[in-house]
Parts: sequence; C-alpha cells; structure tokens
Amino acid sequence: MNLEYFQLVDQIIALNLEERRITVLAQIPQTSTIFQGHFPGYPLMPGVLLIEAMAQTSGWLLTASQNFERMPFLAAVREAKMRTFVMPGEALTIDAHIIHDGSGFAVTEAKVSVDGKLRCNAALTLRHVPFPNPDLRQHMEATAQRIGLQREPIAHG
Amino acid sequence: MTATFDQVANIIAETCDIPRDTITPESHAIDDLGIDSLDFLDIAFAIDKAFGIKLPLEKWTQEVNDGKATTEQYFVLKNLSARIDELVAAKGA
Repeated sequence: MNLEYFQLVDQIIALNLEERRITVLAQIPQTSTIFQGHFPGYPLMPGVLLIEAMAQTSGWLLTASQNFERMPFLAAVREAKMRTFVMPGEALTIDAHIIHDGSGFAVTEAKVSVDGKLRCNAALTLRHVPFPNPDLRQHMEATAQRIGLQREPIAHG
Repeated sequence: MTATFDQVANIIAETCDIPRDTITPESHAIDDLGIDSLDFLDIAFAIDKAFGIKLPLEKWTQEVNDGKATTEQYFVLKNLSARIDELVAAKGA
C-alpha cells in the first residue's frame, strides 16, 4: 500500500467473474505522513481511505468484469460503517461483490477484515465509462499487472 | 394511471424524499422533480430490481446527446413507465 499515491490494493488473491466477487490484500504501512496528522500520538488508518480501499477493490472487480474496456469511478457511498480502529502495519483482506450491474453503473458491497474479523463495510455505487484517454488505460493495465490482476479470470471458485 | 407508474412514483418518492402527491404521470424527472444523474442511478437501481430489467440509461443518454431523442421520451414519468412496460414485455417474450 502506498498511501501517498493512493495505491491501496497490493495483491489480488481471488477473482471470480461468474460470482462477481474479488478478494484482495492491502498491507497498511507502519509509517506514513498521513499518520502524523491522523492522529498525533495515536495513528489510525483514516476511514475515508478505508472506503477508498473498498472502492478500489470494487473498481478492479468491475474493470476485470468488463475486460479493461471501461473505467469505474466512485459515485456514491452508503451504509459505510467503521466498526473498529485500523492501525498502521495491519494486513487487510478486502472482499467486494457486485450486487447489481446496471447500465453504466454498478452497485457493490465491500468489507474489510483483519485476521477474519470484520473492521468496516460499505455499499458503493460506481459509474463506469469508456477509458477517457489511452494514458489512463495504460496506467490501469500496468497497475493491474503489478497487483496480479490478469485480463482473464485468475481463479474460479 | 398505471400500476407501473404508481410503482415508479413510489420508488422516486422514497429514493429522493419527494412528496408522493407531487409526482404525476406528466412530471419530468429532471426538469420538474429536480432529480440529478446521481439520484437517477439510485432510482434506476430500484427500478431494475423491482421489475427485473436493466434500464438502458447509457443508450438513452446517447440518443439524447445525439439529438435522436428528447429527454421527455424517457424522463417524463408516463413515458418512462411505458418504456419499463416494454422492457418487461421484451424480457418475457
């Protein structure tokens, strides 16, 4: 996880396009400038970044399910619950699944767990559009390769 | 007043917190009810679920942008309800 560059997903560990589910790993760094302010003397992973991590996880699922033809953008967050503090150095498992595939948008449910225990969850709406330019698509494809997301499903079941 | 319109009006009232009695078949979702594109995603989600269809929002938007259709054809509620009935019928065909 590179917080300063908004790279929150480290590795895809399961992708099932038939069931429209994804699981990723996200390792929170021990140190970051973000923790200097949030909060001094009591560093916590900000809730907005946990929501962003769930959105990115959902986004990779959508990107894969549309074979890298479209780019998802977070549009709405509802029922976001930060249940327990998330600390620097913790390893997050993030699951997301598509509960509705609409025209130009999708609704997902996502959750963050540590050692099997639920830390936060949310329902997210993402709009998706054709890639606005080749540079972004190229960047997304390179990032996908780095985190182990292949253009074909890497796991079934 | 069709059953489809009633269901759509109820969805809009609930989703957008608009008084149900202000929503009529002649209401334009955007111009009269002030529903923006993000709120309309919630409505589309609820309509898709309720009727078991997929409102082709992207196609409609493209047609409007290309000048091939007017927003009234898709977003005046009696017309929206008629489009929903067509999609439901097509699904069952």
